Amino acid sequence: MSDDLKKLIIDYVKKEYLDDDSEEIDESTQLISSGIVDSFSMVALKTFLEKKFQISIPDEKATTEAFDSVNNMINLLKEFNVA
Amino acid sequence: MAYSNKARDFFSNELKNINTAGTFKEERYIESPQGANINVEFPVGAKPKEVLNFCANNYLGLSSHPEVIEAAHQGLNERGYGMSSVRFICGTQDIHKELETKLTKFLGTEDTILFPSCMDANAGVFDVVLDKEDAMISDRLVHASIVDGMRLCKAQLYNYKHSNMDHLEEKLKETQNLRLRMIITDGVFSMDGDIAKLDEICDLAEKYDAMVMVDDSHATGFMGKNGRGTHEHCGVIGRIDIITTTLGKALGGASGGCVSGRKEIVDLCRQRARPYLFSNTMPPVIVAAANKVIDLISKTTDRRDKLEKNTKYFRDKMTAAGFDIREGVHPIVPIMLYNAKLAQDMARDLYEEGIYVIGFSFPVVPKGQARIRVQVSAAHEKEHLDKAIAAFTKIGAKYQILGKKKDEIIAQYGY
Repeated sequence: MSDDLKKLIIDYVKKEYLDDDSEEIDESTQLISSGIVDSFSMVALKTFLEKKFQISIPDEKATTEAFDSVNNMINLLKEFNVA
Repeated sequence: MAYSNKARDFFSNELKNINTAGTFKEERYIESPQGANINVEFPVGAKPKEVLNFCANNYLGLSSHPEVIEAAHQGLNERGYGMSSVRFICGTQDIHKELETKLTKFLGTEDTILFPSCMDANAGVFDVVLDKEDAMISDRLVHASIVDGMRLCKAQLYNYKHSNMDHLEEKLKETQNLRLRMIITDGVFSMDGDIAKLDEICDLAEKYDAMVMVDDSHATGFMGKNGRGTHEHCGVIGRIDIITTTLGKALGGASGGCVSGRKEIVDLCRQRARPYLFSNTMPPVIVAAANKVIDLISKTTDRRDKLEKNTKYFRDKMTAAGFDIREGVHPIVPIMLYNAKLAQDMARDLYEEGIYVIGFSFPVVPKGQARIRVQVSAAHEKEHLDKAIAAFTKIGAKYQILGKKKDEIIAQYGY
């Protein structure tokens, strides 16, 4: 499950945020603090996870830190028993 | 008073963190009117130094134009200093209405409403026209004021990769079941000077039944043959539903902004836009001067023509000198340096040479894309441009970057 989940989120981030198809990211790549995902368009990432897993992530948990890497997002999803 | 040491220490620490991150912004005191030549006291306490200004949004050189100043004096004498009111109570004079009518005609729209600033126009407009059943589909590099406006609106947010029309189309397909949709973009993006593909955006908007909103702050007055803006430049006059723009850049540079576009949307803004309803009206002195600005640029395109010529001259000469410049036609000319410290060091050295420019780095621009942003003006004469080009060439040679492309500069200085 975890590997599938990693791939799912990495593929989404690559498709949605990277301009160059040859750019690579992995589960520990910093997304927000490195500027790949800006803190505002992080909302789209949150919506993607919420729709995909039919959960609602409350604002206090939707921090820039929680979305800063695929690993962090998986840890967040664990709290909702979907990872 | 409960401003305890705890609060003071907390805020002091925040300031220290900004300083440590290298993003602390310092003001420089200018002791002259805005123009091509200005006297700057920097650092604080230093003897004022005469420098050439290459970092103002004074695109048409109208900030200190004698006829504009005269119109401001006349406005002050005939309509007073302040209105002490919002627009809808007792803050609308005949000259406010006159300015709205002139802007409508100049921009080629149906109607216009003034705001205290374009920041306020952007903060107010989305919440007026869209709700949670609707979608805002924005370019990812839109100006911070649009981001703030979208945050204040309950509509669902989607964004597309910068100027990527395929990605925009995907988002339009994805949101087809929603009630109303609006594509949101800057006309000209302020850090790169690149121009939105408004012709393609309008085609997609028509294909998928979406509205189009453009913030044209870095274009109104000079982009397009008659200076009407990016919509004229791209040949889509009449196809943009909302234009927001500022009077604080090319149009005299004082303050004020507007929402211009479809009549119903402008009418709704008069009823519901919070920055319009709850903020003071624009002062008569600025309105009177802005009316004169619209008269001046409607009468002749000389200033925007000179700006276009200056921009081409500067871009051509800087490219020939060996600088890595983002290609384009806009007077925002990004001199790409990639490394933040290099951008800061070169801007400091250029100031010593009498050229006032600013280095920009993360988080204002993406990481590894530090640059000096030069802004050309119609107020610049050929000798000003030549002096700047010579200073850039001297400093560029000092840092050994002339003739080098991205990879070579990064190899030399790192990101």
